[in-house]
This record gives sequence, structure tokens and C-alpha cells, in this order.
Amino acid sequence: MSETDQQIHRWQHDILSAFTDAGIGHVSYVPDGGHKGLIQLCERTNGIGTTALTSEEEGIPLSAGLWLGGVKSALLMQSSGVGNCINMLSMAESCRFPLVVLITMRGEWGEFVPWQIPMGSRVAPVLGIMAVDTYRCESAEDVAPTVRAALDHAYFSDRSVAVILAQRLIGAKNWGTR
Amino acid sequence: MSGLIERRPAVAALLRDRGDLLLVTGLGSTTYDAFAAGDDDRNFYLWGAMGAATMTGLGIALAQPDRPVMVLTGDGELLMGLGSLATIAQHAPPNLSIVVLDNEQYSETGQQTSATGSGTDLVAVAAGCGITDTRLITREDEVPALRDAIHTLAATTLAVIKISNTPQPRAIPIRDGVMLKNRFRHALFGVGA
Repeated sequence: MSETDQQIHRWQHDILSAFTDAGIGHVSYVPDGGHKGLIQLCERTNGIGTTALTSEEEGIPLSAGLWLGGVKSALLMQSSGVGNCINMLSMAESCRFPLVVLITMRGEWGEFVPWQIPMGSRVAPVLGIMAVDTYRCESAEDVAPTVRAALDHAYFSDRSVAVILAQRLIGAKNWGTR
Repeated sequence: MSGLIERRPAVAALLRDRGDLLLVTGLGSTTYDAFAAGDDDRNFYLWGAMGAATMTGLGIALAQPDRPVMVLTGDGELLMGLGSLATIAQHAPPNLSIVVLDNEQYSETGQQTSATGSGTDLVAVAAGCGITDTRLITREDEVPALRDAIHTLAATTLAVIKISNTPQPRAIPIRDGVMLKNRFRHALFGVGA
């Protein structure tokens, strides 16, 4: 294992394994520090294409188009991006597209930036009213079974599914203020 | 400024002898234009999610690299998803073409002027985002060459066709999203997909 690998959390390796076992062929993202390790893993995995999005909402029609063409995908974003997706989620619901979104949380656990709290505290209700089935991971051991269940739920039952990765799991961003 | 190209004959010319072409249309007039040219299971008509057409086309193009994929949309729909042009340039799939029917207004909602009517140049925006084959089409006789370019799979192409704003009769295809999704996938992969 390289030095870089040791900086990547075990649970991020678990997510990659869940992706490869489910046949995920593409991962799109707006970068977040909480997803850094997973993005690195996906970028160096043969058989997984990656796309950096300019806005999270682009990931929903991208996932839809990939599925129309026969490719399974997953979308990574920070909690602040959920609000950017609201109207685009109407496409997933209207067409019953499978959609898998992994959300790293800000604004809920030892947050330094108060501006993260308004959207962060409303992620679950917003997903709920837009008909996205939502799972939540508080601990590293939760991640593998939850992501695997989310992938099955989306691709077996044609559902939109979000996995919320709690800020406590990721660790609050260190601002070096103490 | 309005060009002299009429939208329906132009779309019919673009879809002539379509072969393996896969089509995504933006909500509103471009959906009606494509349907008026002839329905096809490989037409994915958007009826909402304004700004989604180009990214839907990117997904299909990445998943089906050997087939031509055409996004047919309007200036207003593209303006809502302009960032997608930068995202598309990351991959620049050679089988993806974006055709923008630009009448410099929002026809569906009462002919309000769009940004292209007050100076925004979508060809320059696309070039600035890194799309290398960009075209401005102002004459009907330029359309057949664009149709041929779409089928050569040589480079991601964005073409702006300046069209007249003559009202067209409505031509309304299926609106059920699940049916549109399933018929498209069945056309590619068979009914078991």
C-alpha cells in the first residue's frame, strides 16, 4: 500500500469495492474534501470513467444519459450541492431513472463555517420531498453495507437513492484555529 | 436579428438518413420539431428539467461511443446549462453534436428576448469552453454539411443555427418519461433490458 493509499480511509476503499462489484462504469462529482480519497481511487480504476462537473445538477442528466446508453454510474457531492439539484431531480422521478448520490455532510458536526449550516441542515428533508430514498452512515462500519444496498435499490428497483455520509464520519474540516 | 432558416425543414434535413443516430431534444419547440420530422424510439424528448439536454447527450455519447449522438435544443434551454459545455469539453466525445436552434427568444413563454438576442454568442462560448468544432449556420444550404459532420464522428461539434421565429403548428410526442426511457433502451438493447 502506497503512502497515498494510507491517507485514503478504509471506508472509501469499501465504496470503490461496492462500485466495482455493482458494475459502476462512471463516477461524476463536484469535488469535496470528504470525497477526495474516493475520487482518487475512482480516477485510477480501469473501467470507471470520471467527470468533474461544474455544478451538481449536471450529474443527474449525465447519469440518465449514461443509463440510456447502458452504463451504471454514481454521483458524488457535498451537502451544499443538494440544493442545486432540486429541479433536475424531476427528470429522475418522471422517468424513474436509477440514480445513486453519495453526499458528504457539512454543517452538522463541529462546523466552522456558519454558511454551511442552512443547506446542510436541510439535506434530508429536501431529498425526501423530491422523492429520493435516503440512507445515512454515521460510522465507518455502516458504509459498505449501506452503499451496496443503495446501489441495489437504485438499479434493481429504478429508484433515486442518496447515501448521506455524516460529518462525524468524515471528520469536521480542520481550520487550524485551535 | 432573425435569420431566414425555417426550423422544421432544417431539423428534417439534419435527421435525414439517420442510421444509428441517437437523439436528445430540449424541452419545448425542439421536442416538437423532432417529433414533426418523424417519431423514433431512439428520440429521447425532454419535457422538463430545463438545461438537461446537453448533459443527457454527453452521458449517451460516453456510453455509446460508436454511434452518433445529437442534442437538438434551443438557445434558452442551453443558456440554463451553459456550464455543461465546459464539462463536455473535458471528454470531447467525437460522436457528440450539439445543435442549437437560435431564434434569440423564449418562444414557449411569449417571445421574450433571450441573452443571444442581446449579444451572447453561443459559438464563442462553446469555443471558449474548449469545444473545437464550432459552427454558425445562417443559410439553409449549409445544413446538409452539418448533417454529414454529425455522422463522421470526427469531433465534438456545436452548431448554432440562426432560425426565423415563424410560429409552427404544435406536434406533440409522448410525455410519459418511463415510456420514453424504456423504448430508447429497448431499441438499443432489446426488450429484456
